[in-house]
Formats: sequence, structure tokens, C-alpha cells
Amino acid sequence: MREMIETATDFEPRITAFVCNWCTYTGADMAGTSRMHMASNVRIIRLPCTGRIDALFIIKAFERGADGVIISGCHPADCHYTAGNYHARRRFIVFRELMSFMGIDPDRVTFSWVSAGEGAKWRDVVNDTVTRIREMGPFTAYHDLAQRPAAGSAILTDVAIPDATEASVAEAGGES
Amino acid sequence: MFVCHCGENIARTVDCARVSETLADHPGVVVSLDYKYMCSDPGQNLVKQAIEEHGLTGVVVAACSPHMHEKTFRRAAARAGLNPFLCEMANIREQCSWIHDDKVEATDKAIEIVRTIVEKVKNNAPLETIHIPVTKRAIVIGGGIAGIQAALDIADGGADVILVEKEPSIGGHMSQLSETFPTLDCSQCILTPRMVEVYQHPRITLHTYSELESVEGFIGNFTVTIRKKARSVDESLCTGCGDCTAACPSRKIPNEFDANLSLRPAIYVPFPQAVPNIPVIDREHCTLFKGRAKGREKDLCGKCKESCLRNAVDYEQVDTLVKEHVGAIVIATGFVPYSVGRDQPDGLKGYAEFNYGEIPDVIDGLQFERLASASGPTGGEIRRPSDGKVPKRIVFVQCVGSRDPEKGISYCSKICCMYVAKHTMLYRHKVHDGEAIVFYMDIRAAGKGYEEFVRRAIEEDGAQYIRGRISRMYRDGDVIKVVGFDTLSGEPAIIDADMVVLATAVRPHKRVKQLARMLSTAYDQYGFISAAHPKLRPVETNTAGVFVAGACMSPSDIPDSIATASAAASKVLGMFSSDDLEREPTVAIVNERTCIGCYSCERVCPYGAIEHVDVCNRDGEICGHVARVVPGVCQGCGTCVATCPSKSVELLGFTDEQIFAEINALLTW
Repeated sequence: MREMIETATDFEPRITAFVCNWCTYTGADMAGTSRMHMASNVRIIRLPCTGRIDALFIIKAFERGADGVIISGCHPADCHYTAGNYHARRRFIVFRELMSFMGIDPDRVTFSWVSAGEGAKWRDVVNDTVTRIREMGPFTAYHDLAQRPAAGSAILTDVAIPDATEASVAEAGGES
Repeated sequence: MFVCHCGENIARTVDCARVSETLADHPGVVVSLDYKYMCSDPGQNLVKQAIEEHGLTGVVVAACSPHMHEKTFRRAAARAGLNPFLCEMANIREQCSWIHDDKVEATDKAIEIVRTIVEKVKNNAPLETIHIPVTKRAIVIGGGIAGIQAALDIADGGADVILVEKEPSIGGHMSQLSETFPTLDCSQCILTPRMVEVYQHPRITLHTYSELESVEGFIGNFTVTIRKKARSVDESLCTGCGDCTAACPSRKIPNEFDANLSLRPAIYVPFPQAVPNIPVIDREHCTLFKGRAKGREKDLCGKCKESCLRNAVDYEQVDTLVKEHVGAIVIATGFVPYSVGRDQPDGLKGYAEFNYGEIPDVIDGLQFERLASASGPTGGEIRRPSDGKVPKRIVFVQCVGSRDPEKGISYCSKICCMYVAKHTMLYRHKVHDGEAIVFYMDIRAAGKGYEEFVRRAIEEDGAQYIRGRISRMYRDGDVIKVVGFDTLSGEPAIIDADMVVLATAVRPHKRVKQLARMLSTAYDQYGFISAAHPKLRPVETNTAGVFVAGACMSPSDIPDSIATASAAASKVLGMFSSDDLEREPTVAIVNERTCIGCYSCERVCPYGAIEHVDVCNRDGEICGHVARVVPGVCQGCGTCVATCPSKSVELLGFTDEQIFAEINALLTW
């Protein structure tokens, strides 16, 4: 897998994963504990439940320059909160329609169930998504909407989308 | 910002020094250190010192998974005077150093992970652990063996208990049984002393002939309303002498306790050992009440009232509602046997081919229990319901309804293999020359002494077991033709039986779904209450403070029911052992100024945590409604947050601001 990543092309996809705390995050931890090597392109944002995922998170990720998004939570009937994953699924079905309308290829989003015991499945989800997004190429449709700041610089440079974070950065006090 | 090497675990693939150096330049970061073992005492002291020295308003520890050490570092932060919820962990071990081997790549990723969490922490707010006071009283719903056991255990543990039973007496199905497997001891002999114990226990309040009307509140603070149905007999005056029952002229009502094998009067005590031993008037069948329902002005009867020397019979009694405050609820509503007839509720298919209900000598297992019981309609003699003859050949059919997806039930009812073996033994002990023939699919006898018990039925008491199913049964003169197939010999098996006993499936009580909805607990496709976790939390439900015991969860025999009841009781007592409950403060809150009162949140909330609140104008008039989250009920999934169309709900600890900060920080690479 790694060889494929390194030799295929120079393009390194950037993938944001929204995962639930109880199943997929724990599954990803399990992949780590089992030392399962995988592509390093995925960054995880931990949420209590996939039911917490607002469609705006996904759009925001693409707007900020993600090339792909992974959504993963507990298997049906296994939700820690009984039904959050069902709400996530329904929301996502509606959202898929909207994505095409917004100029995002729905194939850029992986929707998956990974349980706390499925470290290997998480690795496969990560690697498969990275491979697929690599083939699809970078997501550039939103570049005009949101200028991507230079690497390493803080989000202060982003003038296109003001948000709460900037305010807090500007008045940042003594944080560690 | 503190980077942990985790010995070599992180440092092998992540350049920890580079991570801390890079993050030192990040806006808002005033301290950036790396250390070999952050979770060790010296490591935690580094965090504490830095908080005290620099007056930090947030801490990020880049180390292992938060599932591993978040609590450790939050405690350390709290000891240094920082609100623990301002401390977060960046997972650079499980999700970085352990899954990559290129040091540059892994270090770059680690920096990004840490930066994300730093941006999140900047948006963290101090949160206070929620304390919920606990009312140390419990309510147990259902007065069968599971409910009795749970009530006694909780009461013996020192808490007050309210036991609610919908029938006029407690005791449940166990009181109907003759002998119990695998010991063949008399069911009533072991049950009735427990029933009396419940009645006399100073900490148990018993409400029989009562049902749960409504439930409000949340863990530790429920308010339940109990409907005490009109008994038409004053419980405080009645002595249980039985004069009224003897006086009642309408005596042709099927006796439910005897599984309709005998008749009872309209004013009755379900069985002689009933607790409480107070009669009830069955208003549906009573001549007086039937007359009143038809609008007769003069009462047609009044014999029971005339006969009562204590003047306890009260025709004017009405249902009363009793409100009780409790901290915990135990559901123990038990089961009902599958009804074999043609008509089935809930889309199940009946066994019309068995002619149950049409041939009086085709009975179900519970009816056989009554026939075999010394307190039953025949005084314990096995006699056919049709003509009172002693049957010389009985066919027992297992798995009627159970394990039969065609008929709508796929599960195994668990108790039938054992009680059929018991029935054959009881029969052979009473009718020595009788033949007991059992049709079975498999014998499932996985319990202590169970397999030996079945072997005993076959080897010592001569029960004949035929592996196969029955296709039909019909009357042929004096006998019942049972047409089956022996799958081991591959031949049809047609037997002339004097009586047929069907081991019917165990089903949840019809009204348990309604109860489950009232309590916001989950139930499975068959209507059994679901446990919070099938293995790890078997007697808790997904609603905090609501526990479950006995056969309302899944088919259970008596030992299982008692085990789960005691388990539920110990969970309740554990909850009652402290004066208040601590809850993580990661719960949803509604911004009532922007809430439009659409209650989309209420529809998606799995816990019923949303309450309606009136909004008043300056004159005190109600001018609108908004939603409010009850923190004691909310479990913090955040589904309401993502659903709210006016963006008026936030999940503390995972606010939109925090998550957007993370997304923004992530994608600067």
C-alpha cells in the first residue's frame, strides 16, 4: 500500500475524518495498538457520536481544502447512544444529493461503520479512501471561494471566511 | 503544550523536540515542553508547575489516546487549580507514531494533530461536573418472581420500594406452576413465603390491581403516577373471609389463574394464597355492573355487599391516581405464553392445523401445570378437560411458536425443553401406565443439573422422544390423531393421543412496548426490553436509572429471573449508595433566545431529554414555547445539535466553535 502511495503520483490527498468516540475512534486506537501501518493522509476529528456531525462540518472541510472526507461510526444497532448513527445515515443520504449540487463529487466522501474491534477495517477504510482520492485528484472547486493559507502559517491569514477562531486567536491570552 | 515521548513509543517515529519547538511558535502557546513520560509523577508535576507558574488557561498533552490518560491529565490540571475540561489530549501515539514509520511524515502529522487540539482548547469553556440528587426509593413494575426478588433485595438493602402489580395478587406465573425443574420442588412452597415477606416488609409499599400511568423526570428524580384500579372492595376493611365470593351468584366466568380450565365468581380472589388476600369485583362480568352499564336504574344484584359483615364492598369506588417520587425504576413485567389459536396479534401466524381451542384436550403448557397442580381444578390429578378421563397417552409438542420464523418468532423460548421433560415426569409419576411421547426439534438443556434431568425423564421415567414436527392434529372418535414425522427414522409418525400438550413460545407482555416508550427504553423486534449492553450491562437499560429483570428481557427460567432481579437490585442499591450522582458535563444546552420551539431536537433525542418551556412576555402572559435539555437525562450524543434548524443547541465540550476551530486548524497543512 505504501509503495503504491509513494509511486503513484506526487499528489498527497488531505483527508478529514469525522468519527464517533465509542466505535471508530476506539477502532482507530486499536489499529494503533496492533501497529497496523497505514497511509498518513487522514486527520481524525473526534466527536461523541456520528449523530453530532453537521453537514456544515463536511462542507467546511472541503472549503478549507480537504480532498476527501471520511465519516465513520458505530455499526447499525450498536450506537452507544442507541440511534445517533441512524440519524447520521439519514442525514447523509439527504446530504449526498446536496453535495453534487454544491459541486462536490459524492465519491469524495466515504461513509463507513467501523466498530471498536475493527482496527483492520479502519486501516482498509483509510487506505482505500486515500487511494481513491489520489486517483480523483485534488479538490479545487472551492479554491476561489476560500484562499488557502500558506503552509505552516496560522489561520489568521485567511481573510475569506471570518469565524470565531480568529477572534480567539487575536485575543489569545496565556495558553499553553 | 506538553509532548510525551512515551519512552520510545512515540519518540521512535515522531521527533518530539521538533513538535514542541514548532508548537512554541503557535499563536497562544506560552509553554511548550517535551518529556519522556508525561503520565509519570514528574511528568504530571511539569504540567501542574506550568499551570501555576504561567497561569495557563488551557492545556494540551500530546501523548496517547484520550481513552487512555485523559482522566489522568484532567485530574492533574484540576489539582493545579485549572478547570479539568480545559485540558485535552492530542493522540500522537495510537493514531500517529504506531501506525507510521517515516519519521518526517509522522512528525509533520503529529504537529498537525497537536495544532488541531490546541485550536480546540482555545475554544473550550470551563465546565462543572453535574451533581444530581438521588431520591433513595425505587419502584418495581411487575410482581412476579423477578419483581418480588428485586423488591425484597432493594428493601433489605435499606431503601424504600414501591411494588406495582396489575393483577389483584402478586406471584405472577410462578404461582401457577405445579413443580419446578430441575428439583421438582413445589413452586408455591418456595414462592408464597416470599410473597408474604413482601406484604409484611416495612420498607415495601404494595400496589396490586394497579398500573403505571405515567413517568416524568430522570435518573434519581422520577415522578411516577400509579393508577390504582377500582377494586370495589375497601382494602382497609376487608379481612379476606371469603363470604362475598361464596355469595356471588354469577359463577361461570373462566378462571384466568387456572388457565381457563375452571370457573370463578365475579367477586374473587385469584387463588387461595393470594397476596393481598382481598377480593376484587370483575366489573366486566358482574351482574350489577353489567346492569349499570346498560343503564338500569336499579341494581340487579348486591349479594356480595349484603354478605359482607365488615361492609367492605364498595360499588362506588373509582380508580385513584397515586403520585410517587422515586430514584430508580426496575421493569419486571414478565412474559405471556404465545396463544396457539387461529388469531394472532402483531402479524404472527397461528397454528390453525392444531385445532387448539376447538379440541378441548389440546392444551398448552400452562394448562398442564394447572392440571398437575395440587391447587388446580382437578386437585392434581391428570384428567382430560373434555370428559374428565385419565389420559393414557399424552403427546407433548415442543417449539410451538418458538424457533419458527414462518410463524413470526425466530428465537428459542429457552424454558420449554425443560418444562416438557418435567411434564412427562409429573405425568408418569401420577399415571404409572401412561405413555408420554415428546416431539422435539433439539433438546436444549444447558443449565446446572438440566441435562441430567432430561436424561432422567427419558431413562428413568420412560418418556419417548421423537425428533420431528407435527403437521396436523384432528379428532378421531375419542382420540386425537397426531400426524407427525420422525426425522431420525425418516418415517411418518401418526399417534392416537388422549391428550396433547403444546409447549408454547414465551412472548413479552403486550403492554410492555407502551411502558418502554413511557420510559424511553429500547425494545427489540419481538417487544422484549433491550439491555444497555447485551454483555457488559445486562440489567441496565439505555435510560439511566431504569433497570430490567426477568422474562421481560428475554425468555428466562426461575433461576435466571432471580439472578437478573438480584443484579438489578444491586445496581439500584449501588446508585443509592451516594447522596448525589456525578455526571460528565458534556451535555447539550439550548439557547432559549434563539430557539423557535420546533422541537426537532425532541424527535431525534433517544433519551427524551427535551422538555417544553413556556416563554412569558413582560406581563407574564405565555407568548411562546422553547425547548430545554434536562442535564440529568442528556447523555451528550449531540444529535439534537446537528438537527436544530435554528442552531440553538450546543453540546458542551463539542461546540460548533470547537469543531470548526479543529477543521480550520487541520487544513493549513
